[in-house]
Amino acid sequence: MSDRLAKSLSSYTPARVGLQKTGVSLATAEVLDFQLAHAQARDAVHAALDGSSLREGLRARHLPALFLHSAASDRSTYLRHPNLGRSLSPESIGRLKPQPCDVVVVIADGLSAVAVDRHALPLLDTVLPLLPRDWTLGPVCVVEQGRVAVGDVVGAALPAEISVVLIGERPGLSSPDSLGAYITWQPRPGRSDAERNCISNIRLEGLHYEAAARKLAFYLTAARAQKLTGVALKESSLLPTSAVVHPT
Amino acid sequence: MRRSQSIRGITYTFPTLRELLAKATPLRSGDQLAEVAAASLEESVAARMVLADVPLSHFLQEAIIPYESDEVTRLIVDSHHAAAFAPIASFTVGEFRDWLLSERATGETLASICPGLTPEMVAAVAKLMRVQDLILVARKVSVVTRFRTTVGLPGRLSTRLQPNHPTDDPVGIAASIVDGLTLGSGDAVIGINPASDNVASTTALLRLIDHARCKFEIPVQSCVLAHITTQMEALRLGAPIDLVFQSIGGTEATNTSFGVNLALLDEAHQAARELRRGTVGDNIMYFETGQGSALSANAHHGCDQQTIEARAYAVARHFRPMLVNTVVGFIGPEYLYDGKQIIRAGLEDHFCGKLLGLPMGCDVCYTNHAEADQDDMDSLLTLLAAAGVNYVMGIPGADDVMLNYQSTSFHDALYIRSVLGLRPAPEFEAWLEQSDRRLNIQSLLPEIAGALSS
Repeated sequence: MSDRLAKSLSSYTPARVGLQKTGVSLATAEVLDFQLAHAQARDAVHAALDGSSLREGLRARHLPALFLHSAASDRSTYLRHPNLGRSLSPESIGRLKPQPCDVVVVIADGLSAVAVDRHALPLLDTVLPLLPRDWTLGPVCVVEQGRVAVGDVVGAALPAEISVVLIGERPGLSSPDSLGAYITWQPRPGRSDAERNCISNIRLEGLHYEAAARKLAFYLTAARAQKLTGVALKESSLLPTSAVVHPT
Repeated sequence: MRRSQSIRGITYTFPTLRELLAKATPLRSGDQLAEVAAASLEESVAARMVLADVPLSHFLQEAIIPYESDEVTRLIVDSHHAAAFAPIASFTVGEFRDWLLSERATGETLASICPGLTPEMVAAVAKLMRVQDLILVARKVSVVTRFRTTVGLPGRLSTRLQPNHPTDDPVGIAASIVDGLTLGSGDAVIGINPASDNVASTTALLRLIDHARCKFEIPVQSCVLAHITTQMEALRLGAPIDLVFQSIGGTEATNTSFGVNLALLDEAHQAARELRRGTVGDNIMYFETGQGSALSANAHHGCDQQTIEARAYAVARHFRPMLVNTVVGFIGPEYLYDGKQIIRAGLEDHFCGKLLGLPMGCDVCYTNHAEADQDDMDSLLTLLAAAGVNYVMGIPGADDVMLNYQSTSFHDALYIRSVLGLRPAPEFEAWLEQSDRRLNIQSLLPEIAGALSS
């Protein structure tokens, strides 16, 4: 394949087309490029949430915060036992005091703490001004080793009318830092994935903060108006992109 | 049937066939997650010792999921062929393993007993096999299927060209198709996983592949892997449907979670057959499976994931499919934790599928939260090709930018064809040899880009 054709192919897709070959195999530069992307994705999966920088960031924004831990003690347990990432440790449950609110934001590392470290606070900065002023916001709950459904436990305990879970998505080779936002009306344990709406691929090379924040604000106001989230909310909206996806 | 085994004064007891099969399974995270795995390595070997003495005929008496409550069990029981089973009816599972590995078990005899095998028998014997056994026996079995190409002939290895794009952009997809065809990929199927599951997008993508196929006279079949009901609706509206795709599982409840049942699959199979679009044959169904999907849907009935996976093959074989592949590492580390577990599972699935008469391929793959890397994929690809796998995936650079996982690349297929002297499907090989047409395919891209901008 000529260099010109290879360049032309790769201008049409993010896929790895038109790669340089030697014999039937990939050239050295291509092999190393792939290994770097995989290393970054693996590092993102195993990175720990930077609690102190989140704590400082939330304090600087005058946002009350609670730092919690799921029932999965470490990453290996988290990866092998998805259910533990969906519930809170006994100690964390004890720290969740009743505090009824309209919206609670839950920040969980999910499968990419890197995504949370990079995008959770900038996204909050963009979306909070878009919400009606009379809505009450619960404490921002940061959950280590958390999965999407841990937001149901937090939301039910406060209780919150709607939960927004900002969570690191499973890293792809070209997207180690993709953030997802899951919106759930009347969160409580047992909610199914079909009862949530999702905004996916929030990152600098994907869905930008402004676009993500507008979508998020739309879902939140629509959810309050229609008193539901999930498939039914998607069908009644005019949003162009798919709104229900499988969570991590 | 013997239910227990004593080792050093400890007696291990396995009250049901279901528990015995689960505990005899080589260790994997999904069975631990389901809490059906053996508690120790010793217990697992004890279970294998008991399993080795279970008569194959016992599998016809003890269902692991009740006949009354599961249509997959009913399909397995009702379609069992007693005459085909007769030559092996006196074997225990252990004797069956020895016979499979012996020179008496030829490709012909294995094909003749195939309708007499149940998935549970095949899953059981797989648990007693080492990796080399899984390869040696699977290699004896050729399952050849035909649509516009002939896939599965000895000495051949085909690929599914998988040109996915994060937003189903037709030019982006065309770029990956051109890249793949240029590198000799696509003779099993050009199959797109759509980002949005709807009729309009499915139809547009099918038309895109069909246009390229006709214009450049490429002997290939197409598929858009939307839900089967989406494909059926597209078919009714006149979309050019070649292969009909669906994910399936080994229990009725798993299939319910996928939004399908046997009657729906039957209906789709009939509708697509009536189109008569195949030129060299009429195998039209394309199924994907994978260990762990039943547990993921909470539909495993306390069974281990490898046995349930083999039951999915009983569903598949009912429809004489063109292609079946296990998507072995896609499901994640809570089911198959690392490269070692993925590699064994891929070989088990290929073995079980081939023994049950299926045209088995494999999506040799992993996700970024699994303890695996491209070295593991090279190993599994090489082992599967040695075992005679019908096809593997061809994805640009092994990196699926829509589904966010890693599989095998166009170059990986070239590597294994080169090392083991394997060739593409004959019809496709003939097309590749006409280099003028192959070079012409590169004009597809400006044409599609032009059509979209005009």
